[in-house]
Amino acid sequence: MATLPLHPLSTNSIPKVSLQEISLSYKTSSGQRLLALDHIDLKVNPGEFVCIVGPSGCGKSTLLHLIAGLQPPTSGCVLVDDNRVEGPGTDRILIFQDLGLFPWLKVGENVEFGMKMKGMSKAERREKTEYYLRLVHLSQFKDSYTHQLSGGMRQRVALARALATEPDVLLMDEPFAALDAQTRDLLHDELERIWAETGRTIIFVTHNVREAVRLGDRVVLFTFRPGRIKREFLIDLPRPRHLEDATVAQTAGEVLKELREEINRSLEVEYNEGVRPHVEPGAEQ
Amino acid sequence: MKRVGRYVIFYGGLFGLWTLLAELKIWPPYLFPTPWGVGEALYAGFQDHSFWIAIAVSMRRVLIGYGISVVLGMILGLGVASNKFLEETVGGLLVSLQSLPSICWWPLALLWFGLNQNAILFVVVMGSLLSVTIAMEDGRKQMPKIYSMAGRNLGASGFQLFWHVLLPASLPYIVSGLKQGWAFAWRSLITAEMLYMSLGLGQVLMMGRDLNDMSAVIAVMLLIITIGYIVDGLVFKGIERHLQHKWGLLPAT
Repeated sequence: MATLPLHPLSTNSIPKVSLQEISLSYKTSSGQRLLALDHIDLKVNPGEFVCIVGPSGCGKSTLLHLIAGLQPPTSGCVLVDDNRVEGPGTDRILIFQDLGLFPWLKVGENVEFGMKMKGMSKAERREKTEYYLRLVHLSQFKDSYTHQLSGGMRQRVALARALATEPDVLLMDEPFAALDAQTRDLLHDELERIWAETGRTIIFVTHNVREAVRLGDRVVLFTFRPGRIKREFLIDLPRPRHLEDATVAQTAGEVLKELREEINRSLEVEYNEGVRPHVEPGAEQ
Repeated sequence: MKRVGRYVIFYGGLFGLWTLLAELKIWPPYLFPTPWGVGEALYAGFQDHSFWIAIAVSMRRVLIGYGISVVLGMILGLGVASNKFLEETVGGLLVSLQSLPSICWWPLALLWFGLNQNAILFVVVMGSLLSVTIAMEDGRKQMPKIYSMAGRNLGASGFQLFWHVLLPASLPYIVSGLKQGWAFAWRSLITAEMLYMSLGLGQVLMMGRDLNDMSAVIAVMLLIITIGYIVDGLVFKGIERHLQHKWGLLPAT
């Protein structure tokens, strides 16, 4: 394990996603300006799996919203394939923490949604919907409503819906945080398999260090407010990995040591302020 | 089953009391008719088609008026909900206008449209437009933001976003407003019809008065209640149930 700025396999290609001097500040309800993200510089290579960890309130979810183009940064810019991001685009799909599945649509229709917006033909849509539902093992649930599914299944619907628009970049915001341990293990395996099969670039936000080490090629550690990149860890452990692997645990331990400083700092700030001033804009609904 | 039992006891009691009071002949029958008298009036009204015609005319009017209200109200409500300036100005005006009983538009409607069906429609629209607009505005605000973000994220924008995301996402929140709008539309219509020779239920009701035919008056009142209840209790309840089932929400009751 080493601290390196770039993935060694593809140092010479153009980064898929490049964050340049990204800062974001916003007004809190009490009227003061709060700096949420402070000069973030990050390059993500094509096909790379990058995990972002940090204490809550470090702006990591907000960063995904910026990459998705749902919100502009206060300064700096997001480049995808060297093109500046000006708004949402189906080359980058965000899987929200709360999923945002459409309850008025059936599972199949949810998966189809992005393709429909693109104006894809019905036959093609149907074929792709079936393909992606098969990929996440939900073919039988095509005509169910999302509320009829378990948490893990809903998670997979969101994954299929995102993949079906065939984005180059998949942005995932603590997608497995609310799941039980077994379901999460299963979804880790599936996500790793799908990532390997589809070759997508994934930026994955989590507060779970072990999860980050288990999944990522690289783990980027954020500081507590304002969010800055504290350190990057290159995870060159062989795949497939498992959460219980000793090597995963050991590496996670090293990351956690640094994360703990930030968590302590966040607790101190919270203690001094009494309450957290405000939720991240757009991070929660 | 228990509920049915309670209904039977309550309405049976009410019917019995009515029969008793009528049979005691405290008041003359043209002031206090018997249930049989009302039954005969109903039968006669349907027999000579005058009730069927009145129902058809009234339903047609209320559907047109309510339809206009829904379309206009959705546009207005969305506009008000999505624009801060409109919200502060038009939004405030709408709330204050709602305190005006819809029949107060009648004199204005007469001068604008003349004594005809359009004046009635105008009153119906003014009666229900505000509730639809306010419901739409509320629905749009209550709707979880994540749906619109997810929609934009998946490539929807402009009209697509409105039609495929914003509208369905706010439906459960606006359906009660649509229901209220219907109730206002129905009441405004009957009131307006009573003021003008118009063939509708309102006019038939007034005709009963003119002929001193209390049985007919009660019969038409029953009709108005029944139609209002059918739409309110069956159509809208059905839509609400359907949405709740589809969305996985528990029934409100």
